[in-house]
Amino acid sequence: MASGLSRREVLATSGAMALVASGVASAEPNVTLLNVSYDPTREFHKAFDVLFAADWRKRTGQILTINQSYDGSGKQARAVVDGLQADVVTLGLAYDIDSIAQRGLIAPNWQSRLPSNSSPYTSTIVFLVRAGNPKGIHDWLDLVKPGVGVITPNPNTSGGARWSYLAALGFATRHNGGDETRALGFVRGLYHNVPVLDTGARGSTNTFVQRGLGDVLLGWENEAMLAIDEVGPGKFEIIRPKLSILAEPPVSVVDKVVDKRGTRAVSEAYLKFLYTVAAQELAVKHHFRPRNRTVAARYASTFPALDLITIERFGGWKVAQAKHFADGGTFDKIYQPS
Amino acid sequence: MVALAPSLGTILDVRRRAAWREPSALPGFRGAFAFTLVYAGLIILLPLAALVARPWEHSPADLVHGILQPRTLAALRLSFVAALAAAVVNTAAGLVIAWVLNRYDFPGRRVVDALVDLPFALPTAVAGIALATLYGPNGWIGSLLAPLGVKVAFTPLGVFVALLAVGLPFVVRAVQPVLEDLDTALEEAAQTLGANTLQTFARVILPALSPALLTGFSLAFARGAGEYGSVIFIAGNMPGVSEIGPLVIVTRLEAYDYAGAAAVGLTMLAISLAVLIATNWAQVRLARRGAP
Amino acid sequence: MTASTRALRRATGFGPVLIALALFWLALIIGAPLATVVAEAWSKGSEAFFNIFKQPDALAAIRLTIIVAAIAVPLNAAFGLAAGWSIAKFEFRGKALLLALIDLPLSISPVISGLVWVLVFGARGWFGPILDVAGVKIIFALPGIVLGTILVTVSLIAREIIPLMAEQGSDEELAATTLGAGGWTVFRRVTLPNVRWALLHGVLLCNARAMGEFGAVSVLSGHIRGLTETLPLHVEALYNDYDFVGAFAAASLLAGLAVVTLIAKSALERVGAPRSTT
Repeated sequence: MASGLSRREVLATSGAMALVASGVASAEPNVTLLNVSYDPTREFHKAFDVLFAADWRKRTGQILTINQSYDGSGKQARAVVDGLQADVVTLGLAYDIDSIAQRGLIAPNWQSRLPSNSSPYTSTIVFLVRAGNPKGIHDWLDLVKPGVGVITPNPNTSGGARWSYLAALGFATRHNGGDETRALGFVRGLYHNVPVLDTGARGSTNTFVQRGLGDVLLGWENEAMLAIDEVGPGKFEIIRPKLSILAEPPVSVVDKVVDKRGTRAVSEAYLKFLYTVAAQELAVKHHFRPRNRTVAARYASTFPALDLITIERFGGWKVAQAKHFADGGTFDKIYQPS
Repeated sequence: MVALAPSLGTILDVRRRAAWREPSALPGFRGAFAFTLVYAGLIILLPLAALVARPWEHSPADLVHGILQPRTLAALRLSFVAALAAAVVNTAAGLVIAWVLNRYDFPGRRVVDALVDLPFALPTAVAGIALATLYGPNGWIGSLLAPLGVKVAFTPLGVFVALLAVGLPFVVRAVQPVLEDLDTALEEAAQTLGANTLQTFARVILPALSPALLTGFSLAFARGAGEYGSVIFIAGNMPGVSEIGPLVIVTRLEAYDYAGAAAVGLTMLAISLAVLIATNWAQVRLARRGAP
Repeated sequence: MTASTRALRRATGFGPVLIALALFWLALIIGAPLATVVAEAWSKGSEAFFNIFKQPDALAAIRLTIIVAAIAVPLNAAFGLAAGWSIAKFEFRGKALLLALIDLPLSISPVISGLVWVLVFGARGWFGPILDVAGVKIIFALPGIVLGTILVTVSLIAREIIPLMAEQGSDEELAATTLGAGGWTVFRRVTLPNVRWALLHGVLLCNARAMGEFGAVSVLSGHIRGLTETLPLHVEALYNDYDFVGAFAAASLLAGLAVVTLIAKSALERVGAPRSTT
């Protein structure tokens, strides 16, 4: 069925079949790549794939078709583990790629293979409020006030929600001088103000924007900026807390798949291309924070500098996952009658 | 396929035939039966075997602990209580609708009859999005209910409302054929003998319909308890409050706990199955009692 | 399955009240969500609505949905007929068990219906390693989507046919056999015509459900745009893309398909009813 269905032909001039592959790559004139990604990158990858395919063709003469799969980050990692033949994964948090690596599909040292923890772009956790900020929400402490409805997805099923949870915990830990019990008390108070836990980030955005529920949406900065783009300016505004978390959406080649399919060269080039100035500019356009210093400096006003804690503060993803989001973790305890 | 069936039949020549099958003059049993078994085996039994086999990689104590967790229990309770309540309402509503469709003529009857199956055919995600739009605080119905202080979307009540749509076709479609076959002469006789409409209904019609109603009830219940797509958008998904059983399965999968997910799935299936078997048994009893 | 031959009454007494009650309930439970879908789809005018049918990904999704139904429905129909023939026309032990097995998929959560195939054919499932060596892709490809759809819809046609065949007994078939007809001829000339309306009803229902299946297929699809996304999954994707009009347009296409199918079923029954009840 594959050839009959129209996949997104990134470069599709039928006459190009005659093109002879030059120098670099294999004799195969056409190549396909499957990028298994998470929901918020849809718009970015749509544009990036065109850019990369054009560049790849210029360099090798190969016509590259990039197939895209989107869903929640955790679900996508599981699909790859269960056999989805992804050449590259571009997911929402390192834990998800670690999970794939743990099952032998990706080399354990994946995160050090590319610059900046293998995260070509970053984001952070911010607040989206309704125009005029009627509830006067300015920082984390405002989220636990009575009568404030906070919309955020379920950390059990959403990678973005885990970043949000940890950002809140990070703030509260600092606010309470490192007292963990009191910090968790703050997080508990925050989640008690949450009327709906959607399963994914987009679900939460829809609940907040379309259904009109809640006073503040807690989530990805890129999602908040996109929501304003899509719904039209003037209806919502972004509030950036003084302290937040450095959310690093990582990327990796799936070693087992690319070695079997013979697509390692193009897959690695695809990921390296994410670090080029052109790609970084594109990331900015789709509301991700660029890693490239020059590009970042150019857009310093778009992405105000915040005090950002990192995942290392929580002992890395493996520790954080087990302690907070596993069965019986601190998130579960929030919903148990104490 | 029918051409395929006899060849399968010869492969799986059933030698003990006489011992367990009554002889019949009709041909074609072996072929049809072999195909039925192979197909049911591959499509139903094989995957279910995988489900049944999976939970045991945990120790039995862990398994029980995983299911008896307050959060899991609350989710299972919500799924089954909402399914039960919706099935009860659907049994009543389905009876009225089937009755109206089969006994009265009114404009548009055929179209209405066809629409009954819609919840069954509509993708669950579409139904879910539509319901959330409809019952959300700014939706058509949600905005009408809000001043009354009734919240449907993102509460356990939302689960119940979503299941009302999911289960309705099962009851209507179970009742309709029986209603069709029900001899009107019986009703007329009852009326001639002086029974009023309510008496006729209670003494003549309801007993005849009760096995079908039970079937519809149990199918609506089983389907409702397992429903995911249309519920997830309107439920609110708050652990312990509006989180449904199938979401717990999804959550476990998210943590790569396949065994735990299969355990919850198996528990849900067992409960649904128990209800189906119980209603089947009740049905047989009803049928025996009803037989002249 | 015998369609109505009895003259329907003009509503009297309780009648109008019951009709009003039934119609109100149906409007609330089924009509309102349907109207929401259609209203949202047309909220930006007809151009926005028809735009969806120009997108290659949407067309690919429509095509895949049709392919899946075209495989799943005939297989399930064949199964329904074979099961009906064995169960209704013959006596054997374990019949109740077989019947229960056929009913079982109706009570499985769609989430589970997808998961079980992952457990069987996924990379870490029972047959995953063998399939990997053989280079056969089942999960996250067409076969997986078809298997998920079949499991969800397998009971539908069989449930329509079996009770009717059982009710009809096998007298007619026996008579035909006595007259020297072969098994295949008996099936084609006697049995099939007797159950054709039940079969049709089952096929249409199965088809509508197969095209609309979401939960199980979502687990098995891999969500590759233009390749393994069915129409219901594409609806979700569009919705998540902020393309609400597109999402509801695709949804109303599915709903439209379902409504047309169901009305066609009802119309066909009316045409065929007088002949089938003889």
